[in-house]
Amino acid sequence: MQNLLTIMQLTFLELRRRRIVLAALACGAGFLMVFAAAIYLLHNFQSPSRPLLQIRIILQLQMLVGLYAVNLMTVTVAVMLPVDAISGEIASGVMQTLASKPVRRAQIVLGKWLIYWLMIAAYTTTMIVGVVLVMRVITGFSQPHVPAAVGLMTLQGTVLLSVVVAGGARLTTIANGMIAFGFYSVAVVGGWIEQIGVMMGDSGARYVGTAISLLSPTDALWRRALYLLQPPMMSQVAMTPFSSPSVPSVAMIWWAVAFAVGVLALSTSWFAKRSL
Amino acid sequence: MTGALAMTDNAIETRALRKQFGTHVAVADLWLQVPRGQVFGFLGPNGAGKTTSIKMLLGLVAPTSGDARLLGAAPGDHRVRARIGFLPEHFRFHDCLTARELLRVHGRLQGMRGGPLERRIDYLLARVDLSDTEHLYLRQFSKGMLQRAGLAQALIAAPELVFLDEPTSGLDPLGRVLVRELIEELRERGTTVFLNSHLLGEVEATCDRVIFVKQGCVVHEMSLTEPEQIVSAELRIDRLDSATLEGLRGFGRDVRLSGGTVILRVDSEAVMPEIARWLVGQGIAIHALGTRRKSLEEWFIEVMGADQRPG
Repeated sequence: MQNLLTIMQLTFLELRRRRIVLAALACGAGFLMVFAAAIYLLHNFQSPSRPLLQIRIILQLQMLVGLYAVNLMTVTVAVMLPVDAISGEIASGVMQTLASKPVRRAQIVLGKWLIYWLMIAAYTTTMIVGVVLVMRVITGFSQPHVPAAVGLMTLQGTVLLSVVVAGGARLTTIANGMIAFGFYSVAVVGGWIEQIGVMMGDSGARYVGTAISLLSPTDALWRRALYLLQPPMMSQVAMTPFSSPSVPSVAMIWWAVAFAVGVLALSTSWFAKRSL
Repeated sequence: MTGALAMTDNAIETRALRKQFGTHVAVADLWLQVPRGQVFGFLGPNGAGKTTSIKMLLGLVAPTSGDARLLGAAPGDHRVRARIGFLPEHFRFHDCLTARELLRVHGRLQGMRGGPLERRIDYLLARVDLSDTEHLYLRQFSKGMLQRAGLAQALIAAPELVFLDEPTSGLDPLGRVLVRELIEELRERGTTVFLNSHLLGEVEATCDRVIFVKQGCVVHEMSLTEPEQIVSAELRIDRLDSATLEGLRGFGRDVRLSGGTVILRVDSEAVMPEIARWLVGQGIAIHALGTRRKSLEEWFIEVMGADQRPG
């Protein structure tokens, strides 16, 4: 346990000293300022004669645009932050000194994973809360189901984190980054196939989409979050970029949890066998 | 591994250790016995499998076949790792740390805590002459400073067995003297030192015993502490005629002239007074008379053979 804490402290110290935390916070703060300015302008210069329902839909869409940007930033952070955590240290030789100590290799992987997970969770939570507060303060719009959205988007980052850590135990940094973004892109494409299948009544396409979501469940988590974040009329009936006629089930959430844990276990096994 | 560690006189033992990466054989068949308390030199040309052998001994690389024991246990046993120090060939560490933080991380991973750890860090930073660099991150260190920090890292837990892979490659002459002194201190404490270095002068000055490896096999082993059996006698005398050279053949073999110096192979340094007496008896003036042992470099070249290409 003491070794795990030492690896966690080392990882956090490295993130802090390399100014990675600062860069992430600066980017996040920059985004929130731009978002706040845009919402302020849109809110104060819109036509006062709009019907209340229309205003409500516009505000909801603005909120979802902000959260979509946060989602993309979470994905980027979840991939970029840990992408060279293991492969980079193997390539540079740093890992040789560390792994020759009386520390289990699984503890090295787990210690790094935990710190990166805390970073991703804190970043996602801060950004979502930031977007929600910007909307609340400027427009008075109140967003329901925020904690659930935080949980689902953090879980999405967790799945990606596990995939990247596992890739780092076997691949070079560049190959790992490419595969991680490919993994995410496949999930997005799978989500589209599923939506189109549902809209067209094509059960084959729907099954293919669901199968892809099982292999790469990240997009399903975002779509589940979208379903919770907007009224049913908007999420399942209206035709907006955030509509989702097929809502991923609760079972998919548990599958994503098992997927993240399973891939993390696989990464510890791969790293334990890796020549350093 | 469970159970008590086996007590053995050897710090390192390997039997038919082999590592193959695909079709490439890095280490073919390594048999080693390194007695406890010795400073042991591990020599060979580039690509001889020295670093891979060290990695197998440290549990960083799994052998394809064969067996190894360190301090009586299998490589990778955590109780053994807590008693081992390691300075890798290309020492790298998280360069955002200071030397003290580096030593603290490694000390904690070795099971050290609190006051004893901090006192050990103070001692080692002073010993490797880095006490005044505590405000610097490792990325601001010179190559030599990094190597000294790495050396302190290897010694943080006062190990019983230390692997030093090219410990002086980045050091200036003063740094090399420091490493030599540290190795001497380790020897006095009874620590086993496993030294891999291309600087044969350093090896000659520090090691008790050396082995030569070629293509992953031990091809020669020799002691550097026992009296050398074969030495060269070198004489500068004022008469270099054939009768003198013929007379000198009675004391040794391979008598030859090199410049104005007569060189002959003798079995022992004990023969030198006899040569001096004979020369004086012949009325030959002696300008210089001495012996020279075969250097480690000469041994290296001879053992590796003419087929060895420069690395």
